[in-house]
Amino acid sequence: MLRISKLNAGYGSFQALFNIDIEVNFGEAVAVIGPNGAGKTTLMRAVSGLIPVKSGSVDMEGVDLINTPSHDIVKLGIAHVPEHRRLFPRMSVEDNMKMGSFSPQFREKYAERLEFVYNLFPRMKERRNQLAGTMSGGEQQMCAIGRALMSDPKILLMDEPSAGLAPVIVQQVFELIDKIKSDGLTVLIVEQNVKQVLKVVDRAYILEAGSLRMQGSSKKLLGSKEVQKAYLGM
Amino acid sequence: MNNNYIIGLLTLILLSLPFIGVTGYPLHIVITILIWSFAYTGWSIMGRFGLVSLGHGAFMAMGGYITALLWNYYGLTPWIGIPIALILTAFLAIIVGYPCFKFRIIGHYFALVTLALSEVVRQVIIATRDYTGGSLGYTPEPHGEGGWSIYALQFPDDRTAFLFIAVFIWIIGILIWKYIDNSMSRYALEAISEDEDASAAVGVKVTREKLKITVISALITAFAGALYCQYQMFISPDTIGGVGISLQIVFAVVVGGIYSALGPTVGAIITLLLAEILRISIGTARVCVTDDFCLNASGFPLFIYGIMLIVFIIFLPKGIVGSLMDFFKNNSSKKIKTEN
Repeated sequence: MLRISKLNAGYGSFQALFNIDIEVNFGEAVAVIGPNGAGKTTLMRAVSGLIPVKSGSVDMEGVDLINTPSHDIVKLGIAHVPEHRRLFPRMSVEDNMKMGSFSPQFREKYAERLEFVYNLFPRMKERRNQLAGTMSGGEQQMCAIGRALMSDPKILLMDEPSAGLAPVIVQQVFELIDKIKSDGLTVLIVEQNVKQVLKVVDRAYILEAGSLRMQGSSKKLLGSKEVQKAYLGM
Repeated sequence: MNNNYIIGLLTLILLSLPFIGVTGYPLHIVITILIWSFAYTGWSIMGRFGLVSLGHGAFMAMGGYITALLWNYYGLTPWIGIPIALILTAFLAIIVGYPCFKFRIIGHYFALVTLALSEVVRQVIIATRDYTGGSLGYTPEPHGEGGWSIYALQFPDDRTAFLFIAVFIWIIGILIWKYIDNSMSRYALEAISEDEDASAAVGVKVTREKLKITVISALITAFAGALYCQYQMFISPDTIGGVGISLQIVFAVVVGGIYSALGPTVGAIITLLLAEILRISIGTARVCVTDDFCLNASGFPLFIYGIMLIVFIIFLPKGIVGSLMDFFKNNSSKKIKTEN
């Protein structure tokens, strides 16, 4: 469904990603994990068209994403939950949701999607008139995921959903992701909380210093000595 | 009470002014306030979304000068001259706006680019003094003998005619403001002002939305410039252009209220009345502190403006209208709470 092949990208003369090959199939939850500075966020930014790509391709169901402007990527069924949520803090929760279905083709489904999101996150319904920036970190993450789901995406890209959240909230966020996954949505998640994320996803890639180091099913990676030593502290 | 009733009532009162004995100087003040309100409304249409332009003096000067030049040199009626001026202004807005928005020049940097625009247009007018009269100003040729002419859009000594025009465009300005306030573009622009990347990620065409609002705003301001020229029959780089006018526009809107439809109008009323009062009461008098220490008072109005601007930005950032609306809203919500 989403295929990244031989991707090289970076900032100016600095190259942050080297020959990345990643594939996400329909209905799958896939993670890209790695330490700080491995290039995880750069990967996400390259996929959503926010930084220029040097070479390689990113392809969603046959459509080349690299030459698609970032405001059109959402129309292909790709919704992005950016790092640190990036809500519109001075807008109400409901207005944030409204922005999620901003593109004209999503607007007619607005009421239907809003009901779906409110069913998924009843807390958001309670807080619908509150300014998004005044909620707790976990609620803001809910709001960001809800906003992304408003466009009825085929695939959800999540950039570090656990960043800046208290451990208890991180637990809740991963439960949310598990719930979304079991609803049949395809998810690509970039994360450094290796232990938690491997419990949720089906497969994972390990990114180190801009290159892919390992890949495989979550079970295999959780069992691997190398991963245990480097990421799980065992 | 609904805002629309207030606006409707205001319109009726304004239109009836000449028939209840308001003529001459007071009517002149009303017309001036209406024309400036229109320009200020134009600025606030983009200013309320964090697009702070210090270059609207340039657009206003474009509107006034192009219309007058076309009339004087080619005998082109303002009915055609104004549309041409508007088209050229839209071009200028796109030439300046597109690179700014494409390359993410926002906030202070955008304000600085537009500040330069004000000065560039003023300098161009001064440099081409053989055609534009430079800093001495410029006058559209009066049409025929009496001068009163719909064709030339000139109504000397007939303030009633111009009052109708001024009320009409003022209403148009308010309606455009309200139309944008109710549109999806408003959500898009509010989102853009909070986070451009996140807006693009949910499908907002950031550059296009910003450019659209900038062009609309520039067009309104240029139109106001053209009408100001037709009304006063005299323009100079300092009365409708340059940094001074650009700052005056920003100042008035901040005072009146940037987030409400009537804010710019209230701002125009306050600042223009204040300017008139200061001009009449102090003028260019010399204020002597001691017998040999005298100051020219012509800088005094600017001094007052400066103080007012600081006070408003710190204590009433939503302006007079915005703060009043908040005040009433809070009172009524308190009532609801106590009822519960």
